[in-house]
Amino acid sequence: MADRFIYLDHAATTAVHPAVFEKMAPYFHGYYGNPSSVYSIARATKQAIDQAREDVAAAFGASAKEIYFTGSGTEADNWAIKGAAFAAAAGGKGKHIITSAIEHHAVLETCEWLEKQGFRVTYLPVDEYGMVSLVDLQRAMRDDTALVSVMAANNEIGTIQPIQEIGRIARERGAVFHTDAVQAAGTLALDVARQNIDLMSISAHKFYGPKGVGALYVRAGTRIERFMHGGGQERGRRAGTENVAGIVGLAEALKLAVAGMDETNARLSALRDRTISAVLAAVPHARLNGHPTQRLPNNASFAFRYIEGESLLLMLDMKGIGASSGSACTSGSLDPSHVLLAIGLPHEIAHGSLRITFGTDNTQEDADRLVEALPPIVGRLRDMSPLYEDFVKGGEGGEKHV
Amino acid sequence: MYSEKVMDHFTNPRNVGEIEGANAIGLVGNARCGDIMKMYLQIEDGVVKDAKFKTFGCGAAVATSSMATELVKGKTVDDALKVTNTAVAEALDGLPPIKMHCSNLAEEAIRAAIENYKAGIGEGAAQNSCPGCCNKCADIYRVEE
Repeated sequence: MADRFIYLDHAATTAVHPAVFEKMAPYFHGYYGNPSSVYSIARATKQAIDQAREDVAAAFGASAKEIYFTGSGTEADNWAIKGAAFAAAAGGKGKHIITSAIEHHAVLETCEWLEKQGFRVTYLPVDEYGMVSLVDLQRAMRDDTALVSVMAANNEIGTIQPIQEIGRIARERGAVFHTDAVQAAGTLALDVARQNIDLMSISAHKFYGPKGVGALYVRAGTRIERFMHGGGQERGRRAGTENVAGIVGLAEALKLAVAGMDETNARLSALRDRTISAVLAAVPHARLNGHPTQRLPNNASFAFRYIEGESLLLMLDMKGIGASSGSACTSGSLDPSHVLLAIGLPHEIAHGSLRITFGTDNTQEDADRLVEALPPIVGRLRDMSPLYEDFVKGGEGGEKHV
Repeated sequence: MYSEKVMDHFTNPRNVGEIEGANAIGLVGNARCGDIMKMYLQIEDGVVKDAKFKTFGCGAAVATSSMATELVKGKTVDDALKVTNTAVAEALDGLPPIKMHCSNLAEEAIRAAIENYKAGIGEGAAQNSCPGCCNKCADIYRVEE
């Protein structure tokens, strides 16, 4: 315990990069002027936001006027989906939406709410690796399909979706394509033109930027209702005084992430692959969740049979390791993660999940500590588990695959 | 989120294991819901001489199992039946509201073990766990409120 805490939960959030923090600092005190005002300290904040918008646009091959800053990735998702749905309905396009079963709650709950408002939603299933099928999407497309929303990469199991093809199919049928790129931005190369993206949500704190700031890319010409009503900020489309420091931080963090992307991904994907092999070798009755190759470079998601995820997290925490799980006890409901159920895991296996997400601060030594800590913890929990007792005694369910 | 006592009983659970030839075995919960408790009691002359458990579940499920075995040990069967979910939770200095379900399971496990003893069937009747979530354990909590 004398060792430093090993943080392996970078999909939850990341620490603000010191250079980002430094860049943000002046906008908390020196340049605190309201960007809508005319005097010099306000003009500086206006210029800072303009520059941030240019930088974010450049990272995605977009133009600055297509970038809108929001208060979070969740807000960007809500705005994109509700805004596009209501605009399409008002324009007579139709009230049908297609999304996937493994979207973040910010997308799923928004779609469920829209169903109550009279929209119809198709939730595409995914295969055992969490991949959406293009054939399923083709079949689901209708003349009244206004919007297709599929995430770029999954936050729990790391599976990367074929968004370029998804965007092409949506466009062919005249539907708007939104992608929740909250986990992908800063990690995967994103190009809104090449990937046929009309709307894209990002969140700064996932790529070493500050919490409480996100952005929505809106392709020029895409019909979308405004979400926040009030002042004329963000060219009248997203009211509310700008989070200047946050916006500056988002842009700086994104610039740094994109500049270091290839190097970071090469290092982290190698670390990820070694960790996956080592964990599967060290712990019996373990499986990898998500796609074997089409996955985020920093994500390793496991399920360990016969044990429960929260207990596992508590014991890892005692060893100074922070990770996450999709068990019911960590999801705050009786059901385990909808993503793990959607890839076909039975409830009892989904309860035993562990998500490891590496970040730029992690080293091989951190992964080694995890691989060393896991077997005795899993062993201890299994010794305590009546399910494992049944398995050892050759009882019911003992022969099932893991 | 957990009290020190819960963390103590989670980290160093008392009475983990099985009792060979136990004459009172209760199995409650459901793997679907993420927690299963199996309680073994050895009852002699109407008194709980020994208690052990095995649990698949979260930190609170392990801690309440551990505390429940501690509370019933040495008690008469009638007194053991009076160990409620609230008694287990209070002995642990409280549980987060969302985890009260676990203390209900602990109470259920004690009852199931004693019913099993009264029926005189031992291991044979151990499989009386919920086939699906019947909310029975949640009901106990509502009644006690």
